[in-house]
Amino acid sequence: MLTVPVETQILFAGILFFLGLTGLLVRRNLVFMLMSIEIMFNSAGLVFIIAAKHWNQPDGQVMFIFILAVTAVEVAIGLALILQVYHHFKTLDVDAINKLKDDN
Amino acid sequence: MDVFFYIAAAIAIISTIMAISGRNAIHSLLFLILSLLAISVVFYLLDAPFIAALEVIIYAGAIMVLFIFVTMMLNIGLEKKQERRWLNPRMWIIPSILAIILFVDLMLALKNMPAATVGNQVILPKQVGISLFTTYLLAVEIAAILLMAGVIGAYHLGSQKKKVLHRFLVKK
Repeated sequence: MLTVPVETQILFAGILFFLGLTGLLVRRNLVFMLMSIEIMFNSAGLVFIIAAKHWNQPDGQVMFIFILAVTAVEVAIGLALILQVYHHFKTLDVDAINKLKDDN
Repeated sequence: MDVFFYIAAAIAIISTIMAISGRNAIHSLLFLILSLLAISVVFYLLDAPFIAALEVIIYAGAIMVLFIFVTMMLNIGLEKKQERRWLNPRMWIIPSILAIILFVDLMLALKNMPAATVGNQVILPKQVGISLFTTYLLAVEIAAILLMAGVIGAYHLGSQKKKVLHRFLVKK
């Protein structure tokens, strides 16, 4: 029987979310940025599970399954885009991908 | 039981920090898998055994394998020049401070959360399935359309297209 207060559980999910956010803002490698997005998705799902436990309703777990589907699609599309970017630019540095930027 | 929660949470946080701060992509992905397994232990402790199994099978099993496969295909390894240039404190200190401010903001908002009865019964997969296919049936169909679009999009983006030039532009 888990007696950890709900605030602590959401604190854990929040720490994970902000670790993912920091990773997204700090890293410049596309693979690491996609990984950080994964961490954020996962911590959002963790909040849904905590809420499902808190209110004794299955709806939170249903939402987690939808988050799982969205994440799978996002990873598939994101990795396909990363492959295309690597073929075009020969690098994964997002700062090298600035073709849309004005030169002057 | 609380001890298990704190141990799993600590492992998840430490391995996530290692994952986002590592230099080698493969090492970071392995730490991320460890983090996902720790989170799945937390799911189990939160009386969601079905979700814990899904986390291991789909996240740690399928999605991370996709990541590792692409990383190996690109043969990334260490990107020394770029990492040395971008991982100096001047670049990461401001985003980190802003993220910490947002985190403190969230925690202060949580302090005023209304208290409620803490549930203590296991939510069985049967309940989840009944809810999924009655209340959320429309959302399941929308998710199916999304997955279909994802499959088509990934195929379209992943296929190597032959460059087609106008006949005046073709070099003889």
